[in-house]
Amino acid sequence: MGNTSSMLTQYDIEEVQEHCNHAFSQQEIVSLYHRFCQLDRSGSGFISADEFLSVPEFAVNPLAERLLRMLDGLNFKEFVAFLPAFSSRTSLQQKIEFIFKVYDLDCNGKVTFDDVLNVLRDLTGSFMSEQQRQEVLTRVLEEAGYTPDSSLTLPDFMKILGNSDLKMEVEVPID
Amino acid sequence: MAMAGLSSSSSEMDLDRPILEDYISTDSIQRIPQTLHLRELLDISPTLTEAAGAIIDDSFTRCFKSNPPEPWNWNVYLFPLWCLGVVVRYGILFPLRLAVFIAGWIVFFLTFFPVHFLLPSSNKWRHKMERILVEMMCSVFVASWTGVIKYHGPQPSMRPHQVFVANHTSMIDFIILEQTTAFAVIMQKHPGWVGFIQTAILESLGSIWFNRTESKDREVVARKLREHVQGPDNNPLLIFPEGTCVNNQYTVMFKKGAFELGCAVCPVAIKYNKIFVDAFWNSKKQSFSMHLFRLMTSWAVVCDVWFLEPQYLKPGETPIEFAERVRDMISVRAGLKKVPWDGYLKYFRPSPKLTEQKQKIFADSVLRRLEEK
Repeated sequence: MGNTSSMLTQYDIEEVQEHCNHAFSQQEIVSLYHRFCQLDRSGSGFISADEFLSVPEFAVNPLAERLLRMLDGLNFKEFVAFLPAFSSRTSLQQKIEFIFKVYDLDCNGKVTFDDVLNVLRDLTGSFMSEQQRQEVLTRVLEEAGYTPDSSLTLPDFMKILGNSDLKMEVEVPID
Repeated sequence: MAMAGLSSSSSEMDLDRPILEDYISTDSIQRIPQTLHLRELLDISPTLTEAAGAIIDDSFTRCFKSNPPEPWNWNVYLFPLWCLGVVVRYGILFPLRLAVFIAGWIVFFLTFFPVHFLLPSSNKWRHKMERILVEMMCSVFVASWTGVIKYHGPQPSMRPHQVFVANHTSMIDFIILEQTTAFAVIMQKHPGWVGFIQTAILESLGSIWFNRTESKDREVVARKLREHVQGPDNNPLLIFPEGTCVNNQYTVMFKKGAFELGCAVCPVAIKYNKIFVDAFWNSKKQSFSMHLFRLMTSWAVVCDVWFLEPQYLKPGETPIEFAERVRDMISVRAGLKKVPWDGYLKYFRPSPKLTEQKQKIFADSVLRRLEEK
């Protein structure tokens, strides 16, 4: 009898909401919790890289490997905290911050030429040569007033992506 | 799953690869930048959105989700009623059904093995008896869940050059179909008592077993299939081309094996009514015995079976297009949603080709821009 969503108490949900800066409604968090349990096949309380890869739609994503470095071994709170960038309640600024983090995997606050090159390599695979990638990147960087030696910071990212029509929204299904 | 197994399995899957590529959304790629500036190159949001979308909800996992029973014991007078139901189902129905089930098996073994071992294999009567006994045993199975099964369409007859294909929800699909005609079935080899029944009994009907993780099995099965459909005295062939159990709300892609035999393909659509019990067998979570126990403690298994019109390969049609056409018919009839996934992805990782395709489209757009300048 009753509803299984009662597995999470109000306190739990509020705590998680706090943790993700209220990017998700309470109902959405309940949905995400069910999803989390579904993905956590082993029932260990965290989702391993292997469990993420068992979702074929995720496994075929060119950035899957890179994202896994951020995702591997997340517990529920961390799992929800990963997702606010895709909420409609989140500001553009926070979304750009997230993109910056995807580039800046070593978390040193700077995105170097090589960091961008790595992402470009993930996205183009064997269909562009290393030389072509460097050429493209050098060209667009110089065009935008940077040099291959300069590294980009978060404010740079804000400036570059800030006035674009960035659409990064995923709806959490509520049943 | 071990990473080492992946590289070999992906090449094996290519042998039987459905047209996945046509389905994969290219959303991330359609927004090809008009001009290639730093902004467009840095903006990886479409790819990230896709990844997050897959993490939050994906159509593949939904195919294998068991449906929790809908509670109806909400109030003070329905609750005692429900309790009474539990007592009846577990205390009366289950023992009765188990008794029928065991009695059925005893009768079956006492007649099947003498027939099987005493009569020579060329004896016409032996095959006839075996068929009748297996059909009887399947009826016992159905009776043990008080199956209410409505068959629509003509009953299959024994004749060569035809193969029946059905959507797959549980091993009980096979039992339900088998009670009408003794089909020879192509099935995954199971361990335990199910495996024993497979080898000791069903093999006499010409059934063929394979192991989906063995690539060698695939060629052997393909050869045996071809031989089987040619024989005029063989039992009709039944294949579940999804290759895995789906929760009866979706259909995953059909393996093309059944569709390249060059014979008539007779689609069979099976739809379970979930009113009393969910017939989906989640083999990763539940043994077949537990699955049967669940069915035997429910009020009834309610199900519709449609034998649809035989289909033939049209001129110029590839076996894969043919398979999709038959899948369409079954999905429409049984009210199932089609998803563009290969059911074997439950066991294997998707082929890197899909990722490569996305990479190629992105790389092409960048290169095109590069040339224009």
